[in-house]
Amino acid sequence: MVEMTRPVAGRSGATRDLSAPVVEIRGICKAFPGVVANDDVSLAVFGGEVHCLLGENGAGKSTLMNILSGMYQPDAGSIMVDGQEVRIGSPRDALDLGIGTVYQHTTLIPVFTVLENLLLGQGRGLSMDQKGALAGLKKVAADLGVDVDPHVQAGRLALGQQQQVEIIKALWGGSRVLILDEPTSMLTPQGIVELERVLLQLKERGLAIIFITHKLHEALDVGDRVTVLRQGRVVGTLEPDTVHATPRPELQERIVGMMFGEEAAALAGVAEVRGQVTGRRARREISPEAVLELRGVSVEPQRGEVGIHDVSLIVRRGEILGVAGVDGNGQRELAEAIAGQRAIHRGDILLGGTSIRHASISARQRQGLRYVTDDRLGEGTVSSLSVAVNLVLKRIGDGPFWRRGLVREDAINECALGLVEGFDIKTPSVQTRCGTLSGGNIQKLLLARELSFEPKIVVYNKPTHGLDVKTTHVVRDRIRELAEKEYVSALLISTDLEELLDLCDRIAVLFRGRLTGVVENRVGAEWEVGRLMVGGESR
Amino acid sequence: MVEVEGEVIPRKRWGAWLGPVGQSIGPILLGLVAGGILLLLTGRNPLAFYGDILKRGLFSSSGVQDSITRMAPLLLMAAGLIVAFRANIWNIGGDGQFLLAAAIVSGFGPGLVAVLPAGLGLVVLCLLAALVGALWTIIPALLKAVYGMNEVITSLMMTFVGVNLANLLIKGPFRSQKTSVPQTDVIPHDKLLPYLPGTRIHVGILFALVAVGAVYYVMTRTSFGLRLSVLGANPRAAVHVGIDVRRLTVVAFMISGAFIGLAAGVEILGVWGYVRADWNPNFGLTLFALVFLARLNALATIPLVGFYAIISMGGHYAARRAGLPDDFMLMVVGLILLFMTLTEYVAARRERRATRLVAGPKAALRPGGAHE
Repeated sequence: MVEMTRPVAGRSGATRDLSAPVVEIRGICKAFPGVVANDDVSLAVFGGEVHCLLGENGAGKSTLMNILSGMYQPDAGSIMVDGQEVRIGSPRDALDLGIGTVYQHTTLIPVFTVLENLLLGQGRGLSMDQKGALAGLKKVAADLGVDVDPHVQAGRLALGQQQQVEIIKALWGGSRVLILDEPTSMLTPQGIVELERVLLQLKERGLAIIFITHKLHEALDVGDRVTVLRQGRVVGTLEPDTVHATPRPELQERIVGMMFGEEAAALAGVAEVRGQVTGRRARREISPEAVLELRGVSVEPQRGEVGIHDVSLIVRRGEILGVAGVDGNGQRELAEAIAGQRAIHRGDILLGGTSIRHASISARQRQGLRYVTDDRLGEGTVSSLSVAVNLVLKRIGDGPFWRRGLVREDAINECALGLVEGFDIKTPSVQTRCGTLSGGNIQKLLLARELSFEPKIVVYNKPTHGLDVKTTHVVRDRIRELAEKEYVSALLISTDLEELLDLCDRIAVLFRGRLTGVVENRVGAEWEVGRLMVGGESR
Repeated sequence: MVEVEGEVIPRKRWGAWLGPVGQSIGPILLGLVAGGILLLLTGRNPLAFYGDILKRGLFSSSGVQDSITRMAPLLLMAAGLIVAFRANIWNIGGDGQFLLAAAIVSGFGPGLVAVLPAGLGLVVLCLLAALVGALWTIIPALLKAVYGMNEVITSLMMTFVGVNLANLLIKGPFRSQKTSVPQTDVIPHDKLLPYLPGTRIHVGILFALVAVGAVYYVMTRTSFGLRLSVLGANPRAAVHVGIDVRRLTVVAFMISGAFIGLAAGVEILGVWGYVRADWNPNFGLTLFALVFLARLNALATIPLVGFYAIISMGGHYAARRAGLPDDFMLMVVGLILLFMTLTEYVAARRERRATRLVAGPKAALRPGGAHE
């Protein structure tokens, strides 16, 4: 039943020719309105190795994965499985061809048990073979060296374990190719180590693994073969010989060149581009005046969260205080507690020395506390309303845009035009529906909204997540300028350590909802922060 | 990825105006055609049947006046539903709010109009009706605002309670001693809402038109209307931008109930003068369909409600003449609903398709020119 457990290849003796690719794609093109997501992409995936697809957000990795997993149809090009040209018309077809996919976000049904989730994808008949499935699960789990309780509800598992179940599910029908989309984004460092171990097991068994990531070091850690995508095109593939033989710094440099091209040199502000951290902020005088202070703040966790516990910190005038941590360690809880979107059940928050614990969201706004949310589409904007209205969305009813409750469209449009120009928001007009803007422009819109009308302190939650290099650069400059020239403080929450090292004066570290320490951003800070990120004690 | 400046792909659409209007009129025409086929199958002449409807509902002096009179409560109720639905608040309990307000107005009406000056009595009764409607939404409103409970369930439950409480009042404390059937005392005819000069249409239709116009104005021009729209379009964004969602939920729910209560007040004070036990015109369900056909646009409800008033006034007459049960028109309305859902589905599918490019034009999008 589970083909994977058959000795396909590996130490026990190869039964399949490993020199021929399991999956090969040739000249794949796929366009969406306004973007060419895949442009003549060709690559080959071999059994027994991890093929990393590396590229920035928006380079076309996910589109390629969706084509292989049957979610999209390519506009042109062909897909070969075992040398035969195939058409993958649906996810079902993909599974029948032996291509299993693990998506970035869990697809397990949280109220079903692990076993029930596995049975969902199994067979087309009405009967459910519980016993057989249980035996199969035990066998696969043992092969992977993972320990999963089949009768526990999937929603109760840690994210790492959920991913293991997803992998088992993807392999369930006897897959020979496993696609992993940004598999580490939801994992703790320990979870990543565990995943790497599982990947080794799978390689041993001759599976072909496509590992999609935008993180260079990950690609180098796990990849046998690395294909770099940029703007929908393949800009280079490093063969296993090269990957395994070349010293790491040199490899890194070559890949950075491929990922970012010549323009990389021009974008001196982006530390990532240079492959190392040199853009450390010059130390500058920070006034001792506290703008925002958290005193022992705790927030009850909601479903699947860690909450925050006894967090105390001070942000001074004009200071950029970074908050580092692996995603899901309380970042959103912290940001929402400060913005007022969540009640705190212990502690106090002071803005300019006065408690705002009981102040409403809009009262905090008016006092100059701003929140640039990371959930730009989910809560930051209303996609069906115009760009202009979205720009004044936090000032509904206030002058000069409304007078005695009546809208003054001229005032709104005038303000919107100014902000669109000032923040370089690319939109056909201010009346355009906000939902039609690209991610980068929506982020600029959010910045325009939060950074205007006299901000005192801005909470940024992952402000460059998912943005292209150019916009990332623009956003970082904006944050820095505002702090240095206008003394607007910032609490910069980011999962990107390079970004924090580039921008911050001090960096606090969140781990499982607690602040494990605050580090001055000077030479060597990254080691200290890294240690704290995985739960080490502050020195 | 290659971004195209401005990112606007011109969309080919046959007659952009046809979209919203066609999606409202289309299902009605399809429903009428399907109803016509049913009539043919039962050996009746559909043209004669629909002709009868128009004759009775529109082209006779008394018919058109009856139809306009019927529009008054329907429009007021539509105004109430739109305020709630725009904010994504599903006030399903309209019938309960309506009947309870009707019972209380009929119960206190005869006494109040006897002691108060003519105009004042009617004003007080209308306000009372609105108040009752609003109060009957408080429980579902608070349960939703404070505990996040689904208002579809709670307002529906409140309808069961409201309908039966109304009956209990009519059969108990409000029961008239003068009649054998359980009903309230009758408000004297000359104490009811006055007619428009030269007609038998009571002034309630004016209240209704004003209400619909006001809702349209509030939704499009005021900060309150925008807050409602934001709450309806993206409730999480409403929280994020600092809208007091709890308060707004309760306020919108109560305004909705107030309009529905007022609809009942106008119907009782304009047409009936009393309520009989177990009377239930079931306006709520029909109106859900109409306000959705109108895309929650208050002004657009006017022609649709007018259309419905005509077929419901003329439909009884036509059905009787054709030897069909009264329920035949309900079936046609049901068919219209079904076609509305289908049209919605087809439109959504076309919308989805429109966002995909077919193979080929991608080369034109690429700044570097043609591929290969």
